[in-house]
Amino acid sequence: MLAYLIRRLFAVVLMLMVVTLVTFGIFFLIPKMVGTDPATMYVGKQADPAAIEGIRQKMGLDDPILVQFWEFVRGIVVGRDYTSGGETTHCAAPCFGYSFRTEQAVWPILLDRIPVTLSLAAGACVLWLLGGITTGVVSALRRGTVVDRSAMGVALAGVSLPIYFTGVVALAIFHYKLEWFDATYVPIEDSFTGWLEGLVLPWVTLAFLYAAMYARLTRATMLEVLGEDYIRTARAKGLKEPVVIGKHAMRSTMTPILTILGMDLGALIGGAILTETTFNLQGLGQAAIRSIGERDLPIIVGVTLITAASVVVANLIVDLMYAVIDPRVRLA
Amino acid sequence: MTTHRSGRRRKAAASAVIVAALLSTAACGGGDDSSDDSGKKNSANGKIEFNGAVGKVLNASTKKGGELKFIGSQDFDFLDPQRGYYGFMWDFARYYTRQLVTPKPVPGKESTELVPDMATARAEVSADGKTYKYTLKDGVKWEDGKPVTSKDVKYGIERIWAQDVLSGGPVYLMQVLDPDGKYKGPYKDTAPDKLGLKAIETPDDKTIIFKLPKPNADFEQMLAMPSATPVRQDKDTKEKYTLKPFSNGPYKVDSYTPTKGAQLSRNPNWDAATDDVRKALPDTISVTLTTNADDMDKRLIAGEYDVDLNATGIGQAARAEALNPKNRANVDNPQTGFIRYAVMPTDVKPFDNIDCRKAVVVGADHKSLQTARGGPQAGGDIATNMLPPAIGGADPAYDPYEFNKNPNGDVAKAKEYLKSCGKPNGFKTTIAVRNNKPLEVATAESLQASLKKIGIDAQIDQYDGAQTSGIIGAPANVRKKNYGIIIMGWGADFPTGQGFSQPLVDGRFILDSGNNNFSMTDDPAINKLFDDAIAAKTPEEASGFYKQMNEKVSDSAVYLPFTQEKNLIWRSSRLTNVYTADSYNGRYDYASLGVVK
Repeated sequence: MLAYLIRRLFAVVLMLMVVTLVTFGIFFLIPKMVGTDPATMYVGKQADPAAIEGIRQKMGLDDPILVQFWEFVRGIVVGRDYTSGGETTHCAAPCFGYSFRTEQAVWPILLDRIPVTLSLAAGACVLWLLGGITTGVVSALRRGTVVDRSAMGVALAGVSLPIYFTGVVALAIFHYKLEWFDATYVPIEDSFTGWLEGLVLPWVTLAFLYAAMYARLTRATMLEVLGEDYIRTARAKGLKEPVVIGKHAMRSTMTPILTILGMDLGALIGGAILTETTFNLQGLGQAAIRSIGERDLPIIVGVTLITAASVVVANLIVDLMYAVIDPRVRLA
Repeated sequence: MTTHRSGRRRKAAASAVIVAALLSTAACGGGDDSSDDSGKKNSANGKIEFNGAVGKVLNASTKKGGELKFIGSQDFDFLDPQRGYYGFMWDFARYYTRQLVTPKPVPGKESTELVPDMATARAEVSADGKTYKYTLKDGVKWEDGKPVTSKDVKYGIERIWAQDVLSGGPVYLMQVLDPDGKYKGPYKDTAPDKLGLKAIETPDDKTIIFKLPKPNADFEQMLAMPSATPVRQDKDTKEKYTLKPFSNGPYKVDSYTPTKGAQLSRNPNWDAATDDVRKALPDTISVTLTTNADDMDKRLIAGEYDVDLNATGIGQAARAEALNPKNRANVDNPQTGFIRYAVMPTDVKPFDNIDCRKAVVVGADHKSLQTARGGPQAGGDIATNMLPPAIGGADPAYDPYEFNKNPNGDVAKAKEYLKSCGKPNGFKTTIAVRNNKPLEVATAESLQASLKKIGIDAQIDQYDGAQTSGIIGAPANVRKKNYGIIIMGWGADFPTGQGFSQPLVDGRFILDSGNNNFSMTDDPAINKLFDDAIAAKTPEEASGFYKQMNEKVSDSAVYLPFTQEKNLIWRSSRLTNVYTADSYNGRYDYASLGVVK
């Protein structure tokens, strides 16, 4: 198990290096290749040559691309300095870059937003797992009945309706019309009830989409598992139905669910862009969308790397959990 | 202010029914508006009407207190006064900055006049127009109680020269005071006091003298910009100053988190007796930033916030609700001072031929272009020439190509011009338009359709809007890409012909990169009219030159103006002392607003 873990961690680091290289290349090498100068995006309406040169110096755009990449990676590990016009700004490790639009290091900006995104992702995840798996299991066990058809109809609606539609409708009804929820994010350390109230609509809206997908996946997997020989054997041995379903069928059913959960949760931690935008949650997703609009390249690179890291780490955790939920899986 | 009924039980029950409600979304439509609930929150008394804060002060009040709540979908570029360039930032900056002179705090066009701010009076100008002298009022203080000195004013202005550290803001003062670029900015200044700029003298702490190499009639307008704000050397945190500017205005910045928001509270050391401009009515001012502009409009209409910080107009999604009879009393529809237009580079064939340009100008469907911009209210009036009404010398009735007579274009006349330019069957060209401006793309499509009627086959090229200065701002690239028509918009940095038109049509302003004279107009007669206007002794005299300049630009047919832009902006029912000011592009004068009646 330990050797497997070390191998996987090594693979995670390697994967993140590749992602960093590709991301860096997309945002800094390609503009150079097509002849555009990123520095001109940060100097305002009256593009003074000294201002452009100052930004170029500070971003290190005059250095060879490999040097720029090395400085970027080194900054993540040990921090780095940005110098222009004789003025030096230190960016402490982990330095994911420096935003020239906001005059702040990227990491503190993103760190400030991570609790919002984590709150959204964690709460929604609990809801969609509870709702999706329960619905899927019930549908599978009541296959062909009105319950099954109704549940799958709801699931189809959930999959089909985009968040920017369901979110807006939820706000229109429960915030603007009925005034049941404030729909304004409050940090949990300021007020627990305020935090809950602010997140109920985003949680439910986001969970509605994912629960629908998980319900359909759970139903399909459960139906397949219920046809397996070992389930028939368990029933033939006289085990009670709740034990057959809960102990034996669910374990196999959970394997693909965990796999997709790792991907979904990792991506969500990188920023649920639509949900955060719809509900004005100042999380990583909103930072990403604002940065794209304002061409704040360092922030875009930072969010991309955090997303990649979240997906890779979440998948690692999922792989480790396989052994817990399914004894057939042996890791070492 | 919307209140929310509390009750955990109700909320718990509500959570349970949300999923069910979401399932019935298709049936929800726009909701039932028969209730007058929101009308109660927003409708004003019988005296308040649509456009109630345009041209007059609405809800005049001197009552202090409360929190003025801004919401915006666009962040400040910088709070650093030397770096800010966005129009709404200049309006907002009067909360925490003061200058020697500032726009007059009155509604409408009169707001473009200047009044003394920290100075005791407008400048004493020498007979040759090259020396401007000001004396500071007594009692003008920083937020820590120390007096603001003339040296602080000089140091703040010197910061403009440090472009390699503090980029982003306007550089007019640099161009006017030091056209040869001899000064290198305070951070490279070898003088012990870092006050080495020769063009500004501070003989004592109360006196400041500006010495211009040549006269400029708009110099005081440049001093009224936030870039002329004093900065105290010991508080200058250089590029970080934008995160915590040090106040000499009625409010101090308690916190500013870029992309999230800001909080301001009263500056206890600001003395109202020294300030005839700022009302300082609210106790606190908050700014909330969002990326969801549609939701922002809804929250404004619901009364959760008071003012759209950016004031770029109510979006399409909320427009109908805002203009609903029960809400429209809370809507204003001011001119922004921007003109939206198409421009034809004269170095791209066949637009080197004036008749080919005239074919486009008279053949375009002006009504359709106005509709594409949002119609008469959300888009603005059809523009017939290239000077906004608030600029001296403007004549909104001047319509040399008879747009008002032929709002849908004059196809027959356009075809005559095509014959004259040797292209009787039309020609092919490319319309360049920014990809991040949906309304500009819509106008490009509208223009494409109307040009097709006269035989001009125009292809649309949507380029990266963030790269404007390097794409359409580079004449060589414009020629290479064969951009025959460029869609753009322009507003004045200061309300004179120099501030609006000179970057657009003075040949001496053509740049290799960051160019705004897209037409490549370089007419010695036009250039001379600018020189004459800038050297004029009175605004009236200057206006005469700008009027002639505008007519010459129209004669050259390089511009196809679309609209004199108007915006629909929301005004919460709480607001007092509210009026729109031409000096701030039709925004409310933020420094006058209050929230307690």
